[in-house]
Amino acid sequence: MYAYIIRRMLSTIPVMAVVAVFVFLLLYLTPGDPAVVIAGDYARPEDIERIREQLGLNKPLYVQFFTWVGNVFTGDLGISIFSNMPVLKLIGQRLEPTLALAICTMIFAVVVAVPMGVLAAWKAHTWVDRVVMIFAVLGFSAPVFVIGYLLMWVFSLNLGWFPVQGYKAIADGLGPFFASIALPTIALGLVYIALIARMTRASVMEVLTEDYVRTARAKGVNNRTLLMRHALKNASVPIVTIIGVGVALLIGGVVVTESVFNIPGLGRLTIDAVLRRDYPVIQGVILIFSGIYVMVNLLIDLSYTLLDPRIRY
Amino acid sequence: MTAATGNPAVSTLPPRASFGKRARRLIRRHPTAVVGFVLLLAMAIMAILAPWITPDPLRINPIIRLKPPGFTGPLGTAGPFGTDFLGRDLYARVIHGGQISLVVGLSVALVATVVGLAIGLLAGYLRWLDAVVMRIMDGLMSIPGILVAIALVALAGASMTNVIIAITIPEVPRVVRLVRAVILTIREQPYIEAAVVSGVSLPRIMFKHLLPNAVAPLIVQATYVFASAVVFEAILSFLGAGTPPEIPSWGNIMAEGRTYFQIAPWIIFFPGAFLAVTVLAVNVLGDGLRDSLDPRIAKRMR
Repeated sequence: MYAYIIRRMLSTIPVMAVVAVFVFLLLYLTPGDPAVVIAGDYARPEDIERIREQLGLNKPLYVQFFTWVGNVFTGDLGISIFSNMPVLKLIGQRLEPTLALAICTMIFAVVVAVPMGVLAAWKAHTWVDRVVMIFAVLGFSAPVFVIGYLLMWVFSLNLGWFPVQGYKAIADGLGPFFASIALPTIALGLVYIALIARMTRASVMEVLTEDYVRTARAKGVNNRTLLMRHALKNASVPIVTIIGVGVALLIGGVVVTESVFNIPGLGRLTIDAVLRRDYPVIQGVILIFSGIYVMVNLLIDLSYTLLDPRIRY
Repeated sequence: MTAATGNPAVSTLPPRASFGKRARRLIRRHPTAVVGFVLLLAMAIMAILAPWITPDPLRINPIIRLKPPGFTGPLGTAGPFGTDFLGRDLYARVIHGGQISLVVGLSVALVATVVGLAIGLLAGYLRWLDAVVMRIMDGLMSIPGILVAIALVALAGASMTNVIIAITIPEVPRVVRLVRAVILTIREQPYIEAAVVSGVSLPRIMFKHLLPNAVAPLIVQATYVFASAVVFEAILSFLGAGTPPEIPSWGNIMAEGRTYFQIAPWIIFFPGAFLAVTVLAVNVLGDGLRDSLDPRIAKRMR
């Protein structure tokens, strides 16, 4: 098993290498001279020269790449062209709102979606199941920013229950924090709930056809124990997998949600950087987000052995 | 699908039922898919007919700016969806916006499918290529697609072509994975081995023997790619890194409506509703196709 853990951890290296190459080459995938592209339409020749110098664009490509990778390993993601601050510091400043939103959404989605899926599987082919499945299809199709504006319109503008936009840090008190993050969490969580509920339902339904479930039922195990201990526990591997895959959805959604609700997180940082062509920041953020995704999925793969003792590598 | 089964002379299919009969059967078996298809068709017809059924979406008329839905203008012109901050007719803009979504959705679905199919066929069949290609695809799939697309459009410049390319790149790995998975399951089948032994050329094995097996799942996948591309385009435009802002795409209309959301929420809600309904229609259609094309998956997912 330790061999598997090590092998699985090593397998993230080629993935991250591809990510690094792609993120590095992003600038070269687009047509034209990179320095001119970054400088924008109204740049003077000396601006272009300054950017070329600052980013080392006048050196050979492979030198640039290895310098960049070397810097990344020492925690140096470069200097923002726009604000002249280290990219890592910029990311650090914006990390809290994004992490708070992502973690709240994840907890909210799992807490809502798993019982929903179990219920739908238990009441399969009844109206309860139908309602859950219709909700899942609707939730999966509704674009996050449309839902965001709808929630904002109903609960903030008309009912006045929540602040319209903005973010309050946890340090400002839990009440204001939760009030500011509630609507973004729901908006972002919807698609995730749909995804997890659907997978939970399918997985639990499959387990419910197993012989040991029939045996448990025959010996008079009550429904609650049957569903929780026998069905859900054995159905957990696909559910946990989809939670990991959904992190990609979550990351994309965070960027949009932060824009809708004016939350000053990594998403806003990315959009601002993209609109200003602040290339080192774009690189840094994409690298960090991809790293998070790879790490989460690594942890999930490793958790299989804990979830299901039958899995032995 | 029937075209792929080839020679009609040896076909053992029963004679075709009448159109009406087949349509009724389809509606009974997959009611939601039919609803999705009809909705989508309606959207497409509206978008195509947009220049004839709506006023000019670009005509600025500041006198009637930010009017609510259903107002009647000074000359008796009715604006069913209201107007935006420049007094442009929102109904005209939203219907025209459907054109952008359709073009982007169709182009991305087509390009991603063709490119993904080519890479997937090669990777699935040629073992030495497989490991390399799949590691690259794993890497690409780890990068959040929206971020890649925004960055590409921002750096390459806002144009329809760039938007389509930028959305296609993150979609390709999904298609590759699907095609490869299909190929892996049939690569060891005796009829493939027989073809290899009898000296059939590689391209012929790919197109004649491997490709037809991937057609059904590919069609299903293409509908999901379409839905995802329509959302991506809207998100990119909404964030300001998509279709050029002077073109009335749904995302652009919503982006312009952000500032006025508190006083004129309809500017966001109408394109938002059209976007949501379109995506829903495509997804429902995809689910229906999946169920009817592959009963095995259907049983598991239902």
